[in-house]
Amino acid sequence: MSGVMKRMGMIFRAKANKALDRAEDPRETLDYSYQKQLELLQKVRRGVADVATSRKRLELQLNQLQSQSSKLEDQGRKALALGREDLAREALSRRAALQQQVTDLETQHQTLQGEEEKLTLAAQRLQAKVDAFRTKKETIKATYTAAQAQTRIAESFSGISEEMSDVGVAIQRAEDKTAQLQARAGAIDELLASGALDDQSGLQKDDIQAELDRLSGGTDVELELQRMRAELAGGSTSQQALEGGAGTPQDQAQQQSQSQTRFDKS
Amino acid sequence: MIVRIMGEGQVELADSHFAELNKLDDELLAEMQRGDGEGFRRTLHALLDTVRQLGEPLPDDSLEPSELILPSPDATLDEVRAMLSDDGLIPG
Repeated sequence: MSGVMKRMGMIFRAKANKALDRAEDPRETLDYSYQKQLELLQKVRRGVADVATSRKRLELQLNQLQSQSSKLEDQGRKALALGREDLAREALSRRAALQQQVTDLETQHQTLQGEEEKLTLAAQRLQAKVDAFRTKKETIKATYTAAQAQTRIAESFSGISEEMSDVGVAIQRAEDKTAQLQARAGAIDELLASGALDDQSGLQKDDIQAELDRLSGGTDVELELQRMRAELAGGSTSQQALEGGAGTPQDQAQQQSQSQTRFDKS
Repeated sequence: MIVRIMGEGQVELADSHFAELNKLDDELLAEMQRGDGEGFRRTLHALLDTVRQLGEPLPDDSLEPSELILPSPDATLDEVRAMLSDDGLIPG
């Protein structure tokens, strides 16, 4: 799907998200909108009350006119009974004028009544709509909260996965490094063993050096043996002197110290 | 998949119908790019009729995001072109 449908969908979503992002919290916008609707409903109700008040005022006026009309009719009848036809004529003509007003007011009353019924119906419908909006608003708010939570979870997951991949990369790097070092060590061993690389540590020796060392080491051993033999030859006389009790003051002190040490230990 | 017809509501469509709709949709885009107003109107109506016919309408109070959006039946070529321009569907 790459035509109009997809493109419109993408643009719509991008724009809707932008519009939502701009609002600090869409839930607040919904609450504000609900508040506005309640205000509108209040206005409509006030309108209904105003129309009803006007209707009642008209009804009062009609009652007054009708009672005046009845009064004029009575007056005309009385005037006629008293033989005052002129007065009766006057009363009836005034009554006729009042009747015209009554008819006009009755028409107005009917119009107002119709208006009031319409407004009452509109107020009821609006009330139903506001109630429906309130329910929908709460649902949207709940959905938004859930979506937010889902986003947070998704973000946490992606964060974790990123961390895990970081760890993975670090391990991989460590493994590579180890393998590289092992390979290098192996290569150096081989090179040292073959004599292609000089050993700076002195741990590795070639065959010739080893033989030379062995020979010189052997000379040292011979020299040491000679020295020890000479010591032993000279040492037998001093042993005899010691057994005879003629020791030097240092020897005596040493003997004392040894006996003290033994005493202490027991 | 859920498709919104602007000004009408949402319908749910099985993915199997998309090959058919794709053809009309591509035709619509081509007509729009060509500036063929009459063809655009005819194809748009055909596309909308197909969506209405094949789709299952969603209730008005459902809160499903639409994956695809179609212009309203009375949308003109210029209006749709404006919708798809940088200003998009919602100004700003």
